[in-house]
Parts: sequence; structure tokens; C-alpha cells
Amino acid sequence: MDIEIPYNVEERKDTGLYNSKLGIWLFLASEIMLFGALFSSYIVLRSGDPYWMLHVKEAHLNIPLATINTGVLILSSVTFVMSWVSLKLKDLSKFRFYMGITLLCSVIFLVIKYFEYTAKFDAGHYPSTHNFYAVYFTMTGLHGLHIIGGIIVNAYFWLPVGYKMWDTEPERFTNRIEVAGLYWHFVDLVWIFVFPSLYLL
Amino acid sequence: MSQDSHQESFIRKYIFSIDHKWIGIQYGVTSMLFLLFGFVLMMIMRYQLAYNTNTGLEKDLISPDMYNALGAMHGTIMVFLGVVPMVVGAFGNYLVPLQVGAPDMAFPKLNMASYWVYFIGGVVMLASFFVPDQLPAHSGWTSYVPLATLSSGPGQTLWLVGMIFLITSSLLGSTNIIVTIFQLRVPGLTWMRLPFFIWAQLVTSFLLLLAFPPLEAAGIFQLLDRVAGTHFFDPYMGGSVLLYQHLFWFLAHPEVYVLILPALGIVAEVIANNIRKPLWGYKSMVYSTVWLGFMSFIVWAHHMFLTGMGTTMSSFFMITTMIISVPSVIILSSLFLSLWGGSIRFNTPMLFALSFLPMFGIGGLTGLPLGLATADIHLHDTYYVIGHFHYVVAPGTIFAIFAGIYFWFPKITGKTMNEVLGKIHFYGSFVCMNGIFMPMFLQGLTGLSRRMANGGYDYAHAKEVLYLNEIMSISAFLLFVFQLFFIFNFFWTIFRKRYETESDTNPWKATTIEWTDTTSPPLGHGNFEVIPSVYRGPYEYSVEDHEKDYWPQTEE
Repeated sequence: MDIEIPYNVEERKDTGLYNSKLGIWLFLASEIMLFGALFSSYIVLRSGDPYWMLHVKEAHLNIPLATINTGVLILSSVTFVMSWVSLKLKDLSKFRFYMGITLLCSVIFLVIKYFEYTAKFDAGHYPSTHNFYAVYFTMTGLHGLHIIGGIIVNAYFWLPVGYKMWDTEPERFTNRIEVAGLYWHFVDLVWIFVFPSLYLL
Repeated sequence: MSQDSHQESFIRKYIFSIDHKWIGIQYGVTSMLFLLFGFVLMMIMRYQLAYNTNTGLEKDLISPDMYNALGAMHGTIMVFLGVVPMVVGAFGNYLVPLQVGAPDMAFPKLNMASYWVYFIGGVVMLASFFVPDQLPAHSGWTSYVPLATLSSGPGQTLWLVGMIFLITSSLLGSTNIIVTIFQLRVPGLTWMRLPFFIWAQLVTSFLLLLAFPPLEAAGIFQLLDRVAGTHFFDPYMGGSVLLYQHLFWFLAHPEVYVLILPALGIVAEVIANNIRKPLWGYKSMVYSTVWLGFMSFIVWAHHMFLTGMGTTMSSFFMITTMIISVPSVIILSSLFLSLWGGSIRFNTPMLFALSFLPMFGIGGLTGLPLGLATADIHLHDTYYVIGHFHYVVAPGTIFAIFAGIYFWFPKITGKTMNEVLGKIHFYGSFVCMNGIFMPMFLQGLTGLSRRMANGGYDYAHAKEVLYLNEIMSISAFLLFVFQLFFIFNFFWTIFRKRYETESDTNPWKATTIEWTDTTSPPLGHGNFEVIPSVYRGPYEYSVEDHEKDYWPQTEE
């Protein structure tokens, strides 16, 4: 660890980016291809199956709960930005406050998701029942895994083990929050697409 | 950090190393072992094809099911565990930071993770050989559904899990390479001064980054079909079989360019150095590479002409396939034209690089009939296809890998590999490679299917060409014998003492940064004592009125 990688913290002039910011954008590009494949498969399966709408009607996906979840996720994205701005304003305690709300929101999201899932299982609807459920569980499940990944990273920054970097390298810590925020917004954005295409259509 | 942090622990230095050079070597050695393993699987299959076809199944060396398993695993291992980790993981890791003048990859720890995730993927794949009484994946390297979802035993499931690890690994690796190239270029190293190898790595990494995720989606679907009882690919339950093929080939066609582009990069470096003149048409090669990268995303369904997807689709993909051959031809022609008027040094790396050109040419040209939907009806799934893509990757990419190993071996160890052994290795391999793959075109043109465990013994229309089976198999065994020269040369050179004549850190008199501004082998972690600055393009050989016949990039 005795070497210094250039542009780890400061921006490179001609690209206007520091390394991890470019890295996360590339990672998100790859994620878009993953979810893009899922959405296109959803379209192919849905349009190729004459009984699809029957199952959609029967499934009774819980639109009110999903709407609440949408609001919860959007709120978490807003507070995430606030936490990053707090760091830019050199206020660590405010950062912790807003990041705490973000974490709370993400946990609420998962709890609501848990109730949705169990309701489906209780009604005897499993991924194997029909491709509609298969798509529903795969897409929301993969999105849920992304939420869990985000919670782990964000909790690390919220806890002393993560934010102790603030004392030594504040700029680098702020960058980390920005990069984690980009990921979090992406996860939020995926839900913005999942919600209407699965619940409302 | 304190000075004693230079004294890295054994584990940090050799096992969980974060030094891109060591990770590159780890990738190189692991993938070389996998290449050898994949080759051994193939030799078992070739023995079966040549000698065990007349005796009845009970006396065969391997069962037809086992033959299928070996075929599936040969393809998987060669592509995902052998060639890609070699050209991107090993060459990319070792050379990209050195050629752009960076102290390491942009994310050293991610780099380490990338290697170890690849390693786990490899272990999972190998483990599928050792499940008692069960076969490894035996539905082809493509794992087409419904064959793969219905195949018995844990082999296919292990294959899918292994693939998810390999996809993750290449995602980490490609992100790292792209960021390194964008962010860590030294001052003066503008885009058009980058060595062609770097351009090839850049485009390749974008292909890996963007093409692999759809396969990950397909893998998740197939895994759920097998494990959770879903029906994504089950047409009886409203699923779609074609969907899998689309998702698979959306990856697997760009994957073809992942196999060939870094090879072209290696060959360009070796050729430019050994003709002692600039590459002809460097810029058009660069633009063609980028063009090739874009086009490779919209040609995938030419693998699916026979699936009944419709003539409109076929026509579209036929046209894009014809278009994508243009940039490939530009690159190859530029390399050929570069030779004109050069004072060529015929050393071992150059021989491999030179033979790459016609071999890749044969592979590419025989691909054209396959890209035409009408001709493909006859040729699809025959040995002609096998001959075609093996000419691209075996005497193509593998020869480029050998060229690269012989060329950069002095960089890594400070010692040059033996020329006589190298030339025996080259000429032997060259003859044997053609002995294996050229007859496949003849067999394929008669319509001989590529998947017959008995070598097509009961194909009446292939009777005339069946005698070729034995010639191909003998060539394969001889090819193995010639690889022994390479293996001996490799280890003997590593362990022998460094000759006094080898004190020059730039034995090939090259211009690029990795030769001119670091020692051979390079210093420890960090590569450069002084961060170099670049003043000129990568191939300024034989510049008029310059005292030497090469002008290093970093010399004013």
C-alpha cells in the first residue's frame, strides 16, 4: 500500500473525473445492460403468452404498498443527497443524521417487500406458478439484492469504522459518499421502472 | 506510510497480491494450465473420434454422454477460463499500466478480487468433473435450452454458478482496465499516441463490460428454471426457447471479438517492433477497432439463422455481418501492408505474429459463407463451423498469445527464451494446427455434423472424408508433443541464470514505455522511479536523421 494511484481523490483535468467516479459509472452501465436484459425478457415473455393478463389480474399485486415503497425510496434518495451536501458543508453530524434516514428508509422498503412476498406465498403464488410470478420475483428479488448491497455499504459509512476516514482524508470520504450515492440513485431508478411495468401495466 | 511497509508479507506479495504485475502473472499461469487442461480434454475426444468408432459403444474409450460433456467443457474452459483470462487478465493486467505509465491499475484491490473470483469460478467448473457418478455440464458450451434445463445431475447447475463467478470477475477486470486507460495515462500520452495494444484492450473491456450482463440474466433464468421450477425457457408453460439463444448470443458474439481484438493488439506490437518501421494506417486501425466494437453488438443473431426466427431478422443480421467484416479486413490489411519495405527480424515472436495473419485470414474468410443465411443452411452445425472458428482462435489467438509470451518474457523475467527451441515449437505447431483444422473444412462441406461421438461413422455421405479423422487426431497428438518444447523452454529459462548479455532492459529495441522506462523485470510495486512524459507516437522506428533506428516515446 506504499504507492499512490494518481487521481484517486482529485479530478483529472481532461476527463473531469476522479477514478472511482468513472468506475461507478462503468459499473452502472453494466448494470443497465443486466436490467435491460431482464426488462426485454419480460417484454418477450409477456407478449408471447396469451394467458399472461389472466395471471396479472389474479395476482392482485398490492399497488398501495408498492406506491408507499416508491415514496420511501425516493425519500431515501433525497436524504442521501442531503447527507453528501452535509459533507460538502463540513458537517459530519448532519451527514450521519441524513444517512441514518436513508438507511431507515431502505429497511422500511425491505420490510414492506417482505409483507408483499409472504402475502404472495400465502396465496399459493410461487415463481414456479406462472412466468408472471417468475418475472415478478426475479426482478423485484434482484432489485432487493441491490438494496441489501446498498444497505451494507451505506451502513459501513454510517458507522465509526467507515466515517473515521473523515478525520484523515475528508475529501476522499466525500467522494466515497458521492459514488455510493450514484449507485443508490440507480437502484432507486430501477424501481421507478419496475413499479409501473410490473404493478400498473 | 513507513519504510518497512515495503517489506510485504509473503501472502500479500504472492497470494493476495495487489500488484498488477503479479496478478497478471497469476492470471497467466492459471489460464495456461486451463488451456492445457482444455487441450487434454480435446485429445481424449480426438482419440475417440479416430480410433473408437468401429468397435461398438461398449468398447469405446468414453461414452457418448461423456463425449458431450468433454465437448461442452472444452469450449467453456478454452473460452472463459483459458483465452479471455490470458489475453485480458494476464496481458491486459501486466501491460496496460506499464504502457500508459501508471504505477498500478486504478483499483488494485478490485484487481485482486477479480483474479480470485475468476479462480473460484474455475474451481467450481473443475469440481463438476468430480461429482460421483455424474457428468459435468454436457449440453454444449452454449447450454441451449431445453436441453440444458432438462440435463441430469448437478453438472449444468455447477456450470451456471461457475459462469456467474466468471462474469463477475470480468466485470471487475474490465472496469479496472477502462478506468486505468482513461485516468492514468501519463502527460503527453494522447489518444492517438497510445500503442495499438491499449486500444484493443480498451475496446475489448467495453465489450466485456456491456455484453456479459445479458448472459448473466440468461444464467439466472436458467438457474431458476433448474432450481426453482420456473418456466422462463419452457414453451409448454408460456416460456420462450429463442429468448435464451438471443440472450446467450448477445454476449457470445461480442465475446468472439474479446478473443480476437487483444490478439490483434499483441500482434500489432510484435510486428511493429520487428519490421523496424511504423505501422501502416495506425489511425484507420484504431477507428476500425472502435467500429468493430460497436458492430459486434448487432450481429449476434447470425448464429441463429436456422432457428426459424424469420427472414426479415435473417436479412438484417446478414447485412450487419457483412458490414462487420469490413473493419476486420482493414485491420488485417494494415498489418499486411506494414510488412512492405520493412527490414523484418524473423525471431520466434515475429514468426508467431506473422503466421497469425494468414491463419486469422483463413478463419475470417471462411466465416463469410456462414454469415450468409442461404449458405448457412448447409454449413450450420457441421465441422466447417468448427474449422472456421478454430482458425480464428487456435492458430489465430493462441499463436498471438505465444507471440506475446515470447516477446514480453524478457520484460517479465529479464531473460530471453531460447530461440532454437522456440523455432521448433513454432514450425511444429504451425504444421500441426493446419493438420487439425484444414481437413475440418472438407468434412464440413460434405455435411458431417459436429456433434457425433462416433466421428460420423454412420454418415453415408461423409464416407469419403472419414479417413481425415485419423490425420486430424495424429496432428493433435503431435501438437501436444511440440508444446513440450515450449513448456521446457519456459521453465528452463525461468530457472536458469541471467546471461551477461541480457543486461539490456530493452532487448528488442522497442519504443513503448514498458521497455524504455522500467527495468526488466520491473521494480517492485509502483513500476516507475520517475513518472515518464511522452513526446511522440508509439511506433517511431527508422526515423530519418535520428541516430538510432528507434525513437522511444518518452525521449524528447
